[in-house]
Amino acid sequence: MPQVAAYDSKIEGNVIFTQLDAAMNWMRKNSLWPMPMGLACCAIELMAAAASRFDIARFGSEVMRFSPRQCDVMIVAGTVTYKMALAVKRIWEQMPEPKWCIAMGACASSGGMYRSYAVLQGIDQLIPVDVYISGCPPRPEALLEGLMRLQKKIEGEQSFLAQKPRLAAELAPEIQRRPPVRAYVRGGIVGAPPSKRTLA
Amino acid sequence: MELRPPNERSHESGPGKTKMTGPELLKSLSRLLGLKIQSRIEFRHETTFTIQPQDLREVAKFGRDELSFDYLIDISSVDNLGEEPRFEVVYELYSMTLAIHLRLKLAVSEEVCAVDTVSDIWPTADWHEREIYDMMGIRFNNHPDLRRILMWDGYPFFPLRKDFPLEGLPSEMPDVAFTSAAPMEGGPFVTQPSTATAKDREPRARRPEVTS
Repeated sequence: MPQVAAYDSKIEGNVIFTQLDAAMNWMRKNSLWPMPMGLACCAIELMAAAASRFDIARFGSEVMRFSPRQCDVMIVAGTVTYKMALAVKRIWEQMPEPKWCIAMGACASSGGMYRSYAVLQGIDQLIPVDVYISGCPPRPEALLEGLMRLQKKIEGEQSFLAQKPRLAAELAPEIQRRPPVRAYVRGGIVGAPPSKRTLA
Repeated sequence: MELRPPNERSHESGPGKTKMTGPELLKSLSRLLGLKIQSRIEFRHETTFTIQPQDLREVAKFGRDELSFDYLIDISSVDNLGEEPRFEVVYELYSMTLAIHLRLKLAVSEEVCAVDTVSDIWPTADWHEREIYDMMGIRFNNHPDLRRILMWDGYPFFPLRKDFPLEGLPSEMPDVAFTSAAPMEGGPFVTQPSTATAKDREPRARRPEVTS
């Protein structure tokens, strides 16, 4: 078999050389399919962001999937009660890797105004959060800003070597195995310390 | 035919088949219910009767069938911690035909902590009674389905009791739910009435020396 050349006069001009990570991240960040975890009034703003005036489709995230198996980013929009908390965690666990989480609004980020017996004090006690969005509820623009921050974060991820080590070893055994990078680098907008439950 | 305002509508099928208007009926209720009523309070045209818990079903049936209180608006409960009897259960009744309100109150001691159900008299009482059981821990005898309604079955506390802390208590039910105490961080966060600026009045955690 002759070696397949990258150069072909018929597709000349349509070939781009880039890093594999950059290509993967570019595809991922522009087709983030959200899991709309709408739990309270933030969900109304989430719906507004999806509708024509704010048009989340401009960022490739209009495909709200109601099956966690088809989702990339869980947008926790609203108050997470303790009664709902383990259900949210279970849906998160059903989402395939790679996956990200946006805590939308004060309640999802910290419990918000509910310092109460019934409300989980921030969804980051159960699942790792990439982006926290302030507001009660945040305006749709704030959600879009959070989405853009998440896209920026995805751009910087080591997608191939860190997340597909076995495939990397098969394709190029000579590549030195680097120490795996944590899939979830805490680089959101507003940092909140992880609780013991996150680490458990 | 003589026109009357809605709250003056006559009660056709009332006791003794006499034609009574709503206010007239309320005035004569003490006579109709007689000894069942422990006390009667009139405040701003609202009538409140206090009755004995054992008389509840009799009064409720009479109120629905004879006095046309066909609508149970709400049932609520009060925790008077430190007083005896500790709890109160409050029934808000309304008559669609006469357009009048009536409030029934009954005292429940902590030892008994149970009231007869009225869910067979007004079906809407079913969930109201479940909520009172869930939040206050008052049981309802002969209720068809007395489960918790807001918290999950097996949650060990009654959160609206006065001796339950605002921030909650930790609990754990594997695979169902868990709770932990919320950090109060100097709270509870309450507005302090004063003539200070809005910035100083807003609810926030205050250091003790600032608060006092």
